[in-house]
Amino acid sequence: MGRITVDDLKKIKEKHQATFKLREGGNRAKVTVHMGTCGIAAGARAVMDALIDEMAAKEVKDVILTTSGCAGFCVKEPMATVEIVGEAPVKYCSLNADKMRKVLNEHVIGGNVVEEYALVVGSETSY
Amino acid sequence: MVNYRANLMICGGTGCIAMGGLDLKDALEQELKGKGLDNEYRVVITGCNGFCAEGPILTAYPEGIFYKKLTPDNVPFLVEEHFLKGRPVEKLMYKEPEKKHAVPAMKDIPFFNLQVLRALRNKGLIDPESIDEYIARDGYLGAAKALMEMTPEEICETMTESGLRGLGGAGFPTGRKWASCAGYPSDEKYILCNGDEGDPGAFMDRSIMEADPHVVLEGMIIGGKAIGARQGYIYVRAEYPLAVKRLRIAIKQAREYGLLGENILGSGYSLDIEPYLGAGAFVCGESTALMYSIEGRRGMPRLTPPRSTEAGLWGKPTVLNNVETLANVPQIILKGAEWFRVLGTEKSPGTKVFALTGSINNIGLIEVPMGMPLRKVIYDIGGGVPKGRKFKAVQLGGPSGGCIPESLLDTPVTFEDITETGAIVGSGGMVVMDDGNCMVSVSKFFLDFTADESCGKCTPCRIGTQVMLDKLIDITEGRGKEGDIETLVDMSYDIIDGSLCGLGQSAPNPVLTTIKYFEEEYRSHIEEGWCKAGVCKELVTFYIDEDCKGCGACKRVCPSDAIWGEKKIAHHIEQEKCVKCRSCFARCKFGNVRTGPASLREELIKKQAVEA
Repeated sequence: MGRITVDDLKKIKEKHQATFKLREGGNRAKVTVHMGTCGIAAGARAVMDALIDEMAAKEVKDVILTTSGCAGFCVKEPMATVEIVGEAPVKYCSLNADKMRKVLNEHVIGGNVVEEYALVVGSETSY
Repeated sequence: MVNYRANLMICGGTGCIAMGGLDLKDALEQELKGKGLDNEYRVVITGCNGFCAEGPILTAYPEGIFYKKLTPDNVPFLVEEHFLKGRPVEKLMYKEPEKKHAVPAMKDIPFFNLQVLRALRNKGLIDPESIDEYIARDGYLGAAKALMEMTPEEICETMTESGLRGLGGAGFPTGRKWASCAGYPSDEKYILCNGDEGDPGAFMDRSIMEADPHVVLEGMIIGGKAIGARQGYIYVRAEYPLAVKRLRIAIKQAREYGLLGENILGSGYSLDIEPYLGAGAFVCGESTALMYSIEGRRGMPRLTPPRSTEAGLWGKPTVLNNVETLANVPQIILKGAEWFRVLGTEKSPGTKVFALTGSINNIGLIEVPMGMPLRKVIYDIGGGVPKGRKFKAVQLGGPSGGCIPESLLDTPVTFEDITETGAIVGSGGMVVMDDGNCMVSVSKFFLDFTADESCGKCTPCRIGTQVMLDKLIDITEGRGKEGDIETLVDMSYDIIDGSLCGLGQSAPNPVLTTIKYFEEEYRSHIEEGWCKAGVCKELVTFYIDEDCKGCGACKRVCPSDAIWGEKKIAHHIEQEKCVKCRSCFARCKFGNVRTGPASLREELIKKQAVEA
């Protein structure tokens, strides 16, 4: 890029927004793909890849994507938990790439829980 | 463009690099690649994170999990557990001193969450060698506003209203300095940045230049427009190779984007900036000496007036601002003077960066709002003095500053309140001292530094500091006399009154403050022949008291086999063999190794001879 204008400054800022959302916090939602041994064996990797690609395609920049271990309900893997700030977390089960894309679009972006794939709302009590 | 879902920020400050930060980066990248995660995780080298005591440091975003003291050996496990399986590795995380549980997120660690970052707002958050990342954090938007929407008068007014003061130590109001220079018409003017950080133990400016070099350039562009300069220089010491390298990269990138050079952002304003490497003389941090040095002359201060704002570099109107001061400028322009004044006090608004070091748990670089009490800085952010030691004093402002005792720890950090104690805020070096420090030796150390660094131009400073140093050496070596303390005080005021520049005018401060708050200690050196901290070899006898439990720890560290005694029975020091290395004194956890006056040695030798 050669000489830039004030508008270019704003464009560069926009382009890097996702990176700094990651580093600064202030995210709207978090999607956790459960990647324990069971999850990976059941195809969590494909679910994760689908999520990464779909988020890039839809330019979703304010959602954290992370992994965690087994959610304890191994038979229902691959699983993912969607947490939207201020709302109860929702666990989805028996996912694949297509289902994950649908969850991203309808729940994370659209704000509506995808009931047909949802396992449970809320999280276990822990002490 | 690859969309990374996480960013791993490895601290690339000088401290962490020295501890192996770059090896860590290589190992991490290799491991991520091996696990097929290199398209999900991005590894970034940042500027100094500030928590140097815990380096090499890695912060894993988005969670903001803080890993410390990592080595390449930790990498395979860390990648497997956290980055692949999403299980943060507790044993590699930072733990608060005195507490067992791991504190994972940066926002939960007092060292970080009590700080407010302005000058350091990009530290550890951006890649210092990427102008785009700087721009993404509102970089150059302040300059854009100043160049496109503001007149030089408006810029000066905003700075004056903000109340920003020179953070290099003097505290001169920045807006007034700019307005004064703007008032002298000249076809040639200069904007300079003072990066000649010379105080022992201070590394604030170094860190900003390494972590966020563009902010210095942006501050200079805004200042340059305010005064009408077309050329700028950053005076940086050659001992800061990483800072020099990153400044050069930043200047090159800014020129490519047209943010330096002719017609910046199409505004019609032109400015170019070059780094100028200093050779490391302390006096070259003084404004007039710094300008002589850039001109190629010997770095010596000159008489003022005329002030530099009227006739500075090459005799032209010049503004010189410190790195930290300039780092505050872009945000003030962007967010306004009122925003700046939200933090700090009426007369000292904003924040101050301190280099926290010495006998303290959390050694590092911190930024706090002005007005925070010293106690909070030292105990809450700094984590207090290490276990088993007792706080004695905090040294502020380096060789130009002074020592503040425990009784004044509730003093708020502002220019006025700190000056009231006899110390100065100065550039921001904060050295914590414990009961093992001898205050006479501390003032000797600083006088040794200033006597060495005195440029020699004026007599009070050149000869005065040397004579004072000789007196202090006499006192610490057992040749102190009645009246020495009074002579030191008298000479101090003569040097302050008679010296040409700030170096001489402030050189006696360490002596004056230690005499003011620790006169007892000077007296025990002179009158009792006793350095109670056990530092001055000629003035101490080490012995072990009767409560000694006979654990043998002292015996093991003694390099001259001077300690004897059966296990679980009180030990003894054989005085004729003792070389006064202080190892046993520092080692004993129970305080049973004690110091006595030098004269005690003969007594103990006689006593031991009788017993034998």
